[in-house]
Order: sequence, then C-alpha cells, then structure tokens
Amino acid sequence: MNNEAFVEFERVQKSYDGENLVVKDLNLSLPKGEFLTMLGPSGSGKTTCLMMLAGFETATHGDIRLNGQSINNIPPHKRGIGMVFQNYALFPHMTVAENLSFPLEVRKIGKSEREDKIKVALDRVQMGNFAGRRPAQLSGGQQQRIALARALVFEPELVLMDEPLGALDKQLRETLQFEITHLAHELGITVVYVTHDQTEALTMSDRVAVFDDGRIQQLAPPDKLYEEPENSFVAQFIGENNTLEGVVKEIKNGSALVQLDDGSLIDAKPINVSKPGERTRVSIRPERVEYNKDRLRADAHTLSAEVLEFIYMGDIFRTRLRVAGRDDFVIKTRNAPDQVRLKPGQQIEIGWLAEDCRALDA
Amino acid sequence: MSDSTHTGPMLAADGTTLKSSLNRALRRQKLRALMLIAPLLIFVLVTFIAPIADMLFRSVENQIVSDTLPRTTQMLGDWDADAADIPAPQVFEALYVDMFIATERKLHTRLGSRLNYELTGVSSLFRKSGRKVEDMGEVYQDQFEDLDKFWKKGANLNALFGAPDWQAAQAAWDTSDKKAQPKFKLRSGLETVLPQASEAFDVYARFTQGEDGKNLSKAKPWALIYSALYNDLVAQPAGLAALDAPGADELRAAAARVGDFDTVDFTAAFKKIDKDWVSQDVWRVIKTYSPRFTNGYFLNSIDMKKTADGPQMRAENEQLYIKLFIRTLFMSLVITGSCILLGYPVAWILANLPAKTANLLMILVLLPFWTSLLVRTSAWKVMLQQQGVINDTLVWLGLVADDSRLALINNQTGTIIAMTHILLPFMILPLFSVMKTIPPSYLRAAKSLGATNWTAFWRVYFPQSVPGIGAGSILVFILSIGYYITPEIVGGTTGTFISNRIAYHISSSLNWGLAAALGAILLAVVLGLYWAYDRIVGIDNVKLGG
Repeated sequence: MNNEAFVEFERVQKSYDGENLVVKDLNLSLPKGEFLTMLGPSGSGKTTCLMMLAGFETATHGDIRLNGQSINNIPPHKRGIGMVFQNYALFPHMTVAENLSFPLEVRKIGKSEREDKIKVALDRVQMGNFAGRRPAQLSGGQQQRIALARALVFEPELVLMDEPLGALDKQLRETLQFEITHLAHELGITVVYVTHDQTEALTMSDRVAVFDDGRIQQLAPPDKLYEEPENSFVAQFIGENNTLEGVVKEIKNGSALVQLDDGSLIDAKPINVSKPGERTRVSIRPERVEYNKDRLRADAHTLSAEVLEFIYMGDIFRTRLRVAGRDDFVIKTRNAPDQVRLKPGQQIEIGWLAEDCRALDA
Repeated sequence: MSDSTHTGPMLAADGTTLKSSLNRALRRQKLRALMLIAPLLIFVLVTFIAPIADMLFRSVENQIVSDTLPRTTQMLGDWDADAADIPAPQVFEALYVDMFIATERKLHTRLGSRLNYELTGVSSLFRKSGRKVEDMGEVYQDQFEDLDKFWKKGANLNALFGAPDWQAAQAAWDTSDKKAQPKFKLRSGLETVLPQASEAFDVYARFTQGEDGKNLSKAKPWALIYSALYNDLVAQPAGLAALDAPGADELRAAAARVGDFDTVDFTAAFKKIDKDWVSQDVWRVIKTYSPRFTNGYFLNSIDMKKTADGPQMRAENEQLYIKLFIRTLFMSLVITGSCILLGYPVAWILANLPAKTANLLMILVLLPFWTSLLVRTSAWKVMLQQQGVINDTLVWLGLVADDSRLALINNQTGTIIAMTHILLPFMILPLFSVMKTIPPSYLRAAKSLGATNWTAFWRVYFPQSVPGIGAGSILVFILSIGYYITPEIVGGTTGTFISNRIAYHISSSLNWGLAAALGAILLAVVLGLYWAYDRIVGIDNVKLGG
C-alpha cells in the first residue's frame, strides 16, 4: 500500500434539485489497495458519492480524481472502474460465461484470451462449474459471486460495490464478506464499498467513512471508529452505545468532570468539549461499564443504578438499567463462570475508566 | 411409515387412492371456478366460436345446387362433361321437374345467383326460365283435360291420389274453422302404379299445404303432375288394371289413349327459352357444383377456378385475391415495422421518466383510444389529401411544387400512415410495460463494464425489450391484417386490404361462401404466422407486462 492518493474527492458537492445539497463539501482521498467503506444511514449521500465516482452522476461542484487525473468529464465506460450492484445486475439473457465475456468483448480481447480470463475469474469465486447457467438458475449468493467475478474479470484497479450483500441472508453475507476482503487483498485492488450495515463495515474495511447529512462525519480504521468516535453521531451509529447528557464542570489533566442532568458527577475524556459550562453528551460502550466494585479505581465516580431487565444472549448477558433518570442504559457482560447474573429490581453501583467515557458534542 | 416399501399408488387415510381423493377434494373448487367463467364461456361460444365455425362451414358448403336440382344433378352424374354433346333429353326432363318445383318454391333465383358467381349470366337464365317453365307441361294438361272433364278438377285428383282417411279429415276440416290443415297422405299402393305422378302430387300437396299455406281442396294442380302422369301411363303400368280408387276408370281410359298424345321435347323447349341451355358451359358449371361440399370457394380465393377437368388458374386479368393477400401481408408488415420504429423511443422515454410525467404522456398516448376510429381516420383524410394540411404546409415551405402535390391518400401511403397512427398505442403499451420491468442498473452495469451507450443499449437493453416488441408486433400485425374501416376510407383502390374484399362479398355481392373462404384463409395465415413466430421467437418470450 503506498500513500499516494489513488482516488481523490476534492470539495465535491452534489445537488439534484438545485435547492438542497445531497453531498456537502466532500474531501476524501484513498491510496491504492485500500478497502474503504462508506457507511451511513439511507439518504446520507454515500451512494451518490459512489455514483459520482462511477460516472453515473455528475458533481455539481468540485473535482474527482483517479490516479491524479480529473475524471469529471470522462464517461463511465472509459473510466475502467469495476462495479458490483445491489441487485447484481447480471444480464438475464446471457449465460454466466457470456456475462463475464461482455466486458472483455467490448475491450476487443481475443477469444482464447477471453476464455482463459473467464475461467480464472470463475475459479476465483468457486463458480467454475456454472459457466453455462443463466443468472435466473442461480441462487442469490451464486449470483453475487458471478457479479463479483464480472466486475473483476477485466482487471480494474478500482472496484465499487453498492451494498452488494444487502439482499442475502446473514450467514451467506458473513461468508461473502470474508471472501470479498480476501479477494481484494489478494488482487491488490482498491475497493470503495457502500453499506448501511455497520458490522459489515467494521469487519471488511481498512478504513470506514461514516456519512451523515452529506458529510463525512469520521474517517478512520474500524477499531478507532468504534473505540474513539469523534462525535455523538458516530458514537450512536457505530455499535451499541450509552448516552448520558450533562454539563462540563471542569477540565483538567485531560479529564473532564461532567455533571449529569440529575446532579450526579462522572469522569469523562473531553473530545468535543473545551471549557466548563458547555453542554455535552457522554458516550460509554456497554461492555466498558463495570459494576464490580473491586475492579473499579478507588477514586472513580460511580452512579447508582437499578436493574430493569436481564437478557440472556448466550455468549453475553445484556442488562438494562435505569441510570440518572434514563432507563435505556445497557451493559454487556461476558458469560464467564464467575460472572454475577443481575436480577431485575436489584440496586447496583456502576462505574468506568475515564478514558472509556467520551464527552462529545451535545 | 412404510412408504418406502409401498409400490402401488399412494393411498389416502380411508384406503382410496390419493389421486381420486384429491380429485374429489378439488372438484368443488373446479366447479365453482367453472361457474364463475360460465357466462363468459357461453358468450364466447355463442358470439365467437359459433360464428367462426359457421364461417368455416359456409366456405365449403354447397348444398343449394343438389337441394334445388336433386333429379338433374343425379342424372348429370352419367354425363361426360368433356364430351362435345349436351346432356341427354332425360336430363332436360329432370331439369323441367326440378325447375318447376324450384320455381313454385321461388328457389330458382337463389340458385341462379349462386351459380352466377361461377358463370356470369346464369342468374338471368334461371330467372327467365323460371317464368316460362310453368307453361312447358301444359301440353299434357290440356290433352288430359280434352280427353275427360274429370282431369280439370283438382278435387278429382285429390280423391285419386289422397288416402281415404286423409280425404275424410280434409273434408271435415274444410267445413270447420280449425287451424291446422290435415296433412296430405298419399293413397297407399299408388306409388308403385304411378311412381312419377305420385311423387309430383306429393310434392305439390305438401308445398300447397305447407309453404304456400293454401287449402289443398281448392288449389289448382300443377301442370307438372300431368306430365308425370303421362310418363307413368305411357309405360302402361301393370297394377293399373287392378287399381281401385276414385278416378281409376278415367285413369285406365287415359292410359289407353296416351299413346296418341302430343309429346314435349324438353331439350327443344329449354333451348327455346334460352340457347344457353344447350351450351356446355352451363351444364359443366351445374355438374361441377353438384356435390354437397365444394372447394370451389377456396379455389376462387386463390385465383383459381373449379372446372370439370380440375382446378385451373384464372386468366391473368381475372386474378385478384393472391395479389390482395400479398398486399395485405406486406402492408401489415410495413405498418408493424413503422409502429416499432415510432413506438420504441416513445415507450423508452415513458419507461424512464418519473412516474408523474410518464402518466401525463401516457394519457397522450391513450388519447387516440378515446376518440372514435372513424373520426381519426376522417381526420387523416383532411390532413393527407392533395389540398390538405400536409400538402399545403409542404408547398408553403417550398419543399413541394404547387403543381406536383404529393398523393398521400387513396393509395398505400395513406393506408400505412393512418393505420400506423391508429395502431401505435398497441405497440407502445406492451413495449412500455416490458421496459418498465428492466431495471436501469443493467444499463449502468453495462457501461461500468466498458460498453458505450450504443453497445449497452444494443447488447443489454434491447434483448430484454424483445418480448415487448414481440407482443406489440403480434398485436399490431394481427390487428392490421384484418383491418377494414381505415383502408376503406383512405386506401382508395391500391391501398385496400383483403378485408375490404371480404366485406364487399358479405354486403354487396352476397357471395358469402367466397367471403367465408377468404376469411378462413386469412385465419389460417394468422394461425400459421403465430405458429412460425412461436417456433422462431417462442411465445413464452411475449410479455404484455410484469
């Protein structure tokens, strides 16, 4: 992976109706070989970005560069970008082999070379025996594999995937997630992947761009995104999250003291707050909450909580608490032999490490 | 369960076979379904299947000749149509009998019109002969009446030929006011003694009582009976001596004298009516069309004629129908082609516009449907004529000189323009509904794979829209092949279809058999094309939507 920008968005804006911006001032650059996921709720502008990159939409303003060259005025068929669509878009009137042959034929590649490439591409997705079938004779997972093979068969350096696994069931999705990442790394291709499934984004990507309201809210590797969300939207959107609201009392030594709306005090790491008196939203991951006093630091602030619900989920326990006047506070504990199973109605004290608790924008 | 070892049919819980048990369970459902479609089924049977069956039957049916001239056609069986001579005198005598009866029943003109389709002039020949044939047998009637006053009175003949119980019933009816006249019954045994006269009298009596609705007691016997009686008596029948009936004596007296009667030469008599009767042409036509079923109409439909020597091509200047069929097919193809060319882009735009705009445009497409066909066609007449809107515009633009205005109507151009316009919605609608189901992502996929706009369209979009083209083409082609009103109005002479000819035969020339044969051929052509289409494109590839 080199760090030279392969795909670049510079101050890109897009509007469909001339009144509202779907994409607002997008700046993004990714190096060759990276697997970047655009993640966001529907209407956040992520698919529009992908379509602009593919050439099916034109940017209202700004520059999109591929390999250092502006592609704003290059028609889609000359961009040489592979694309996998959500509904596969396999041509129903052609066999699997003909589908794969199509991009090679329009590139005027000779017959024998075509056949070799098709064979390699099909074997790569373990579909070597299906060359003569029609798309309608294949299952969803098989069709997706063929769509992938077709997007790769002409050896593009950049492949775009628009929610390719959206229509598949959970298990198949997980298998294909693994296969796609594997293939991408093996071939060294650059992938821009669009999804609204955060698990998919976290497990597959080198970096994830979280979209909301036409902007990238955070662009970071999965672990950083999960553990160090930069604003409350990202914290909410990625994974499960507990939110408490309050006012910053003081900030010192890289730690903030936050007074919650019910008056209780907690420690947090200041991220988007700078001075006392600011309102803030404090975010704590459910698995970082501790209720075993022995494991908490002696000077840590604790909150009293009432157990509302205990859910057994196999590998973990999920317990819902009432904390600081909110009853949607969730903690997750591992199903370990020594783990205490809380009972509804029980009163407990909860706490956490100050660095796990992030004071974000209100 | 022991299903794996069970080899016979699957059994239901009560031991009957599963199949019959299932059938029983489904029977109610099927019956209910049948009840629901019954009104439509009956309607279709009565208004569609039955007329088509009747039409197909009419195209080969030819019973009128043998029904009207039963004796003549039978006698003609021995006549060699190739020989130079006209049929034997017996045939003319049979013709006299048939014609006499047909004239009384007023059927001779219908037969005349029927045979006139095959040979012009027969119609007037029959009409003329009908008027004169009644007088032909009067020679015999006069001689019988001269012989004995007995033969003058119809009542005497009734007494001679009628069965005694009928005579009693008739006499009772004469004085009562009951409605139904007792049906005539022939005196038993008489038909062996006087075969021809009995038959003639029987026909006469039944006709008088039945079709004519007159009182037989007061009717005047046909001259035909006397000529038949003469024939019977000349043969000096053996049973005559023993005959016991009122008038048997007079009969025997007449039998003794008939040898001296003046006879009628029927051949000469018919020749006197019209010398066409001694021409072979008339007789050949009668013989050729004697059978109860004929392929003559079909031969006519393909410009051939049925002759005694078998089917022959008509003369060049009489040929019409093959040319018309070919023209109909060719013009239907042109119309279908122009509908595809004009309709495809429209359907594409409709399918790719936002729903709101597409609906508005769809209304414009459908608008012609809500306007009367006649109005639309007449509008084209206004538009296309030499002093019409289009020519005026072209002249005004200077594209066409004023003295060489384009002939856009009363020819093939007019028919093609007007029919393309009228049938266009039938092409656009199936195309639109098929295109609506093609997701735009296919085109995007093709482009992302490196295809130019044209390649993406031609190799990806177009093949998927072929079912729509197929459905639209079948609709337009089959509709246009049988179209009538528009070619009639704007087609002139060179732009008319076979359907116009069919309509002419149905309503003007009244040659329904020929119209039916033309229709049957048209039906066969459509079915044949449908079959070919199924073989080439596959009928599964036709989609009207979804």
